[in-house]
Amino acid sequence: MEQRQYKTVGKSIRKKDSMQLLLGKAVYTDDVTPKDALVVKILRSPHANAMVRSINTAVAKKVPGVVDVYTWEDVPQTRFAIAGQTYPEPSPYDRLIIDRHVRFVGDVVAIIAAETEKAAEKAKKLIKVEYDILEPVLDFRTAKDNKILVHPEGDWFPPCQVGGDPKRNLVASETNFHGDVDAVMADCDIVLDRTYHTKAFNQAMMETFRTYTDLDRYGRLHVISSTQIVFHCRRILSRALGIPKSRIRVEKPRIGGGFGAKQTAVCEVYPAFVTLKTGRAAQLIYTREESQIAGSPRHEMEIRVRLGASKDGKIRVLDLYTLSNTGAYGEHGPTTVGLSGHKSIPLYTGGLEAYRFSYDVVYTNLQAAGAYRGYGATQGIFALETTVNELAEQLGMDPTVIRDMNMVKEGMVMPAYYGEVANACALDRCMEHCRQMFGWAEKYPVRDMGNGKVRAAGVAMAMQGSCISHVDVGSATVKLSDDGTYNLIIGAADMGTGCDTILAQMVAECMDCDVDDVAVFGADTDVSPYDSGSYASSTTYITGKAVEKACTDLRKQICAVAAEMMNCQPEEVVFEGKQVRRVNTQQTVSLEDISYKSQVFNNQAVQVTATHSSPVSPPPYMVGMVEIELDKETGQVTILDYMAVVDCGIPVNPALARTQTEGGLVQGIGHTLMENVTYDHNGRPMESSFMQYKLPTRLDMGKLKVEFEHSYEPTGPFGAKSIGEIVINTPAPAIVHAIYRATGVWHREIPVTPEKIAMSLPENQ
Amino acid sequence: MEIKLTLNGKPLSASVAPDCMLLDFLREHGCYSVKRGCDTSNCGLCTVLMDGKPVLSCSVLAVRADGHSVQTLEGLQEEAKDFVGFIADQGSDQCGFCNPGFVMNTIALLRENPDPTDDEIRAYLAGNLCRCSGYDGQLRGIRSYLNSRKG
Repeated sequence: MEQRQYKTVGKSIRKKDSMQLLLGKAVYTDDVTPKDALVVKILRSPHANAMVRSINTAVAKKVPGVVDVYTWEDVPQTRFAIAGQTYPEPSPYDRLIIDRHVRFVGDVVAIIAAETEKAAEKAKKLIKVEYDILEPVLDFRTAKDNKILVHPEGDWFPPCQVGGDPKRNLVASETNFHGDVDAVMADCDIVLDRTYHTKAFNQAMMETFRTYTDLDRYGRLHVISSTQIVFHCRRILSRALGIPKSRIRVEKPRIGGGFGAKQTAVCEVYPAFVTLKTGRAAQLIYTREESQIAGSPRHEMEIRVRLGASKDGKIRVLDLYTLSNTGAYGEHGPTTVGLSGHKSIPLYTGGLEAYRFSYDVVYTNLQAAGAYRGYGATQGIFALETTVNELAEQLGMDPTVIRDMNMVKEGMVMPAYYGEVANACALDRCMEHCRQMFGWAEKYPVRDMGNGKVRAAGVAMAMQGSCISHVDVGSATVKLSDDGTYNLIIGAADMGTGCDTILAQMVAECMDCDVDDVAVFGADTDVSPYDSGSYASSTTYITGKAVEKACTDLRKQICAVAAEMMNCQPEEVVFEGKQVRRVNTQQTVSLEDISYKSQVFNNQAVQVTATHSSPVSPPPYMVGMVEIELDKETGQVTILDYMAVVDCGIPVNPALARTQTEGGLVQGIGHTLMENVTYDHNGRPMESSFMQYKLPTRLDMGKLKVEFEHSYEPTGPFGAKSIGEIVINTPAPAIVHAIYRATGVWHREIPVTPEKIAMSLPENQ
Repeated sequence: MEIKLTLNGKPLSASVAPDCMLLDFLREHGCYSVKRGCDTSNCGLCTVLMDGKPVLSCSVLAVRADGHSVQTLEGLQEEAKDFVGFIADQGSDQCGFCNPGFVMNTIALLRENPDPTDDEIRAYLAGNLCRCSGYDGQLRGIRSYLNSRKG
């Protein structure tokens, strides 16, 4: 394994904004924006599928303090998508700012702009709406080719051809394969055919969706938003509002968590519309209820896995079909589903002779789904890993050994992963490391504690990507500042993940300086170089490489100025961090003097913008093992130990990588055991607050242990791959495995609540 | 309604609406560390100290502060600085939105119980949700602070 020694990369340094965040400084959207903005509120549909027959806002507009109320009659009639994706988006243009046809409980009926929240809320109650109530499509299993159409409108538009057809409630559909699946399946000793169901889950970031807008001193629309995607947001607003992109500026301050939710422009368009209409500053802050019922949660999926193996445990063929529920609008629908196969099947590249992966993505009259950490891989990996665990149990094999036999290994070509080669893959070492650290041999056997409680263990593997290959663009500007320090300007969004810090570590590594000598700014569409944004686990891998490229060129520029100062050729000088030296002499010029020289009679720039894209998306890999204690009387599962070993290439900042992992594990524990999104028979969401939507607390996660197995990814900056998303993928299959070990029952739907476990036990049936 | 209180050590008189929540009152008076996360007293983000005891300011009327002393993180910077660096060293500050409430409740914990066990820390802070960190780094940070005090 190629691995260099680094000075700054690989060090666990504090985040650059740690003290600001820990001491409660005003850094978020609602802290930094003027307080005289109009309060924007939204009247939402109580019906899952209805046409607005009439809407009377006259009384509402008379409420003192109300500036205006807007309905479907007031908005532009150009359909758009709010998914933050590179143009042309795979997501269909199926939204209007306000549509006369409301398609889920929570869909927008009217926008209220008022001087105060009280006035806005009062006006909301006084808007009189008559609906023609239509029958909704609430079960995604019956949505395809249903006679009820979620999008019957004629101007539905797909920027990309992804197999969608609104006349069939279909957003996307595809089949791909390698080898002769049916022939290999017929030749297998054992075939498992299992169907899994994963529910929608909310990101539940602590800061709800929020956006402030005003007209700046040039009369342009200025947007300050809690977003992961400033550039996509600008493009989305331009189309939705019908104004040129040059008239829009989008910036983000600190973000109070995103996890993919803020990869969709969930709320930006409403205050922006108000500002354009009124010429005044406007702010919309979603309540927790709005974030729960009109946000952008994980896609509910039903996944059928057919696995064919030999009786000695060799996995020969995999056939996956995923049905994905995108809800009322198609954001991220065509893309999330792809990961359910393309980021699960390649785990078993080892001896795989053939695979097939097909999918349908359907509309329903439920809350629109979106991007959530893991992005479909989470769902697919739950299904496939659970099937592999069942195979091992049926064959009487150790489930870690069956994985040793079948897993992808370094150097293998992965047909199910677009034919990419596993350049850097330490999955085998992750498994061995985790087995030892966890004490698999002792914990795997089921232990009856004699008090109605049983202890058992489970295992799962996971992978993800490090970007969207051939698509994502990352850029960085690095410039020399007056005193010999640097400015790093990015369009990627640090949402708590620490990208501002790890990218500064890369600058420090390249420029041979201290991290404190690098000032970071991001992200602002007027200032930042173009970046697709922070999603698809791409920031370290893509924007990091752009930083590395920029620094390489900046060193050359600095040397050119220094050479001029020393009256020699650039080839005659070497960059030494704080100074540049003329080779074989004692003649040097300091970086500070170089920076001052660059400001006097100078034609040589000392600032570089570099851009990077990748034709590959190297997967990080990991193994998770869990020990639970299950109470057979109540069905309660207590997590005792959760151990994870991750191969993210070279961790740029191990403390931050560790925290990312721990946070992902706990989110995964949440969606496995307690979080749930359910609807009543009218399509009304039941978990509208944290009273009903149960997030894991610090009493629910047991002991976490996280370690790393290094690999060196040659296409990544400093050997790095990604870490942000993969870490949410192992808890569901590992915990479900342990529950099976404890009870003998396979749960093929998550979440697995205590009630479900208790009711599934033979003695309770 | 007219109220008089002490906010971060300074006397303050104000006119407030009867239904104004303490959270909104504090933000209107520049205490931006106080965050709203849920509206249903589930997340702990809005934790402040009233007469030294932690309360959820989303669920306390501003008028209830009449005659009392209220402290937010703005007023307890030095006390917080004692230990938050240890949490930063773990990288578990993350997005930071839950940090002020969590730090305020940790201050309350450490005043009440200067040498808590890990289980006592978990129990005391159980009402402070964090969606980023997975909680373990916060615990490690507090533990290493406590260890540093023991020399």
